[in-house]
Amino acid sequence: MPLDRATLDRFLETVDSFVAERLIPAEAEVDATDRIPDGLVEEMKRLGLFGLTVPEDYGGLGLAPPEEMEVAWAVSHAAPAFRSAFGTNVTIGSQGIAIDGTEEQKRRYLPKMASGEIVASFALTEPGAGSDAASLTTRADRDGNGYVLNGVKRFITNAPVAGVFTVMARTNREERGARGISAFIVEAGAPGVRLGGPENKMGQKGAPICDVIFEDCRVPGDALIGGVEGRGFKTAMKALDRGRLHLAATCCGLADRLIRESVDFALGREQFGRPVAEFQLVQAMLADSRTEHDVAWALVRDAARRAGEGEPIARLGAEAKYYASEMVGRVADRAVQIHGGSGYIDDYAVARLYRDVRIYRLYEGTSQIQQLVIARDMLKEAGGSPP
Amino acid sequence: MKVLVPVKRVIDYNVKVRVKADRTGVDLANVKMSMNPFDEIAVEEAVRMKEAGAADEAVAVSLGPQQSQETLRTALAMGADRAIHVVHDGELEPLAVAKMLAGVVGEEAPDLVILGKQAIDDDANQTGQMLSGLLGWSQGTFVSKVDASDGAVRVVREVDGGLETVALRMPAVLTVDLRLNEPRYASLPNIMKARKKEIARKTPADLGVDTTPRLNTLRVEEPPKRQGGLKVGSVAELVDKLHNDAGVI
Repeated sequence: MPLDRATLDRFLETVDSFVAERLIPAEAEVDATDRIPDGLVEEMKRLGLFGLTVPEDYGGLGLAPPEEMEVAWAVSHAAPAFRSAFGTNVTIGSQGIAIDGTEEQKRRYLPKMASGEIVASFALTEPGAGSDAASLTTRADRDGNGYVLNGVKRFITNAPVAGVFTVMARTNREERGARGISAFIVEAGAPGVRLGGPENKMGQKGAPICDVIFEDCRVPGDALIGGVEGRGFKTAMKALDRGRLHLAATCCGLADRLIRESVDFALGREQFGRPVAEFQLVQAMLADSRTEHDVAWALVRDAARRAGEGEPIARLGAEAKYYASEMVGRVADRAVQIHGGSGYIDDYAVARLYRDVRIYRLYEGTSQIQQLVIARDMLKEAGGSPP
Repeated sequence: MKVLVPVKRVIDYNVKVRVKADRTGVDLANVKMSMNPFDEIAVEEAVRMKEAGAADEAVAVSLGPQQSQETLRTALAMGADRAIHVVHDGELEPLAVAKMLAGVVGEEAPDLVILGKQAIDDDANQTGQMLSGLLGWSQGTFVSKVDASDGAVRVVREVDGGLETVALRMPAVLTVDLRLNEPRYASLPNIMKARKKEIARKTPADLGVDTTPRLNTLRVEEPPKRQGGLKVGSVAELVDKLHNDAGVI
């Protein structure tokens, strides 16, 4: 529900303080141990971060997209692992159920996702199905009143801590494309669900991912999201649509942090007898980063406003995710450059963040997939038939 | 038991304050304002007393301009039940604040008034003491522990060189120190609920208080710039420098 500006500002101020006083001081520890301390996760739950987007009727805050993006921007001034801890509950992990689930499914799962009691995870990608998600081969075979799942899901964010997975699996083996896919709610404790070992990632330490393996995993018939077969791919795409803007806002928040780190460093670091901030080649990098951030953030906010007014934003969302993720990559690269040799040392936040931001161009649709989404929509609009 | 918590809107503790060019005060234009951190500790304590069943009601009160309502909303989001805003633009000195608070105490009849030991803007450290003087109530200052029950309150005070435990008869005024508790962050659900809580508006005239300042600020100056330090190699060198260069030993 739309909040009045003063209420939203009060919450954003709280988030800013929480980021500065609790999260940023814990960044180095999270990076070194690859784990967010339990106490901090509890604090994030108490703040209400897990329930930002879950509708109020189901125990969440039901923030409208513009409000959600401002919160995502603010939280993303801390290392991205923190946002990731609740990010799947706010976006892809819960939205499949929130958008397409039955009333019974919403009542059963959304309140616990909103409170953070259960972590929600989204299982689409497979070893053989990344960008070509519609080619997935995990099977869900009808068996009496239920289904039996078999297959492997790869790089599943928050899988090691998840309570519930939204799993896309093929219910119709004759139909090889998107129409043969259905979405299921699978509880992590169900027999036949096994987790792979932890992945050793380039960055985002503390944001766990792993394989999720289904071996004759029986689920009841009412685990089928929406109760209708063959709609799972559409459900997944809708969840990803909502998630794209959130990720774009995340990229903008991180970029703003990187810029602030760069400005602080440039003002404090002296070479040739003066702060490096006084050198125009450094100023050019600062100006480019600030300008590109502001462009991306304006795009995200415009898309969020339109989404809030009910406009379809599939293309704008793809544009925002594409531009913001590429933007934060360039901003992180310049931040390291401005820091000089220190930017290559993990004691400086920009070195860690440089590794952290690389994922944004890859997950929830690579930059190239976003380009395809954008271009296909342009061609469709022009009356052509896209390939 | 009813607890009254006065809260003050001050420059946020993270802001690097700048003195105005004419040296009449500190530049407040476009500066982030927040609740005085010591008052946050007072609100937290009152809310904890409520949660523990020791208090039935926590009422926040703030004296200041329209924007002080934001500070009161924060107190409400942290868990205060309702709030009172005494609207006043311009400077307020501790005695005027204490008199107005005494007026609010007269109307509200709390058992305890809990407030920060000082505000981080003028660091006066006077309001709580003046209030207890005006009311003729017991006072416990610089409190780092509170245990209130059955008409009495035991507090631990942080005094020079140690801790002092005193028992006070209620009603009492407590001014709290940094180590009493760690205030909570107001959660978004509670911030949303706080929108519906009541903030009563009053004026100094309602309380019969003349707020005319009795002090005249002559000049405000920046602290002197810190001189660069130097590293010494040994204790002997340190002693030599302190003796010969600094002349302090």
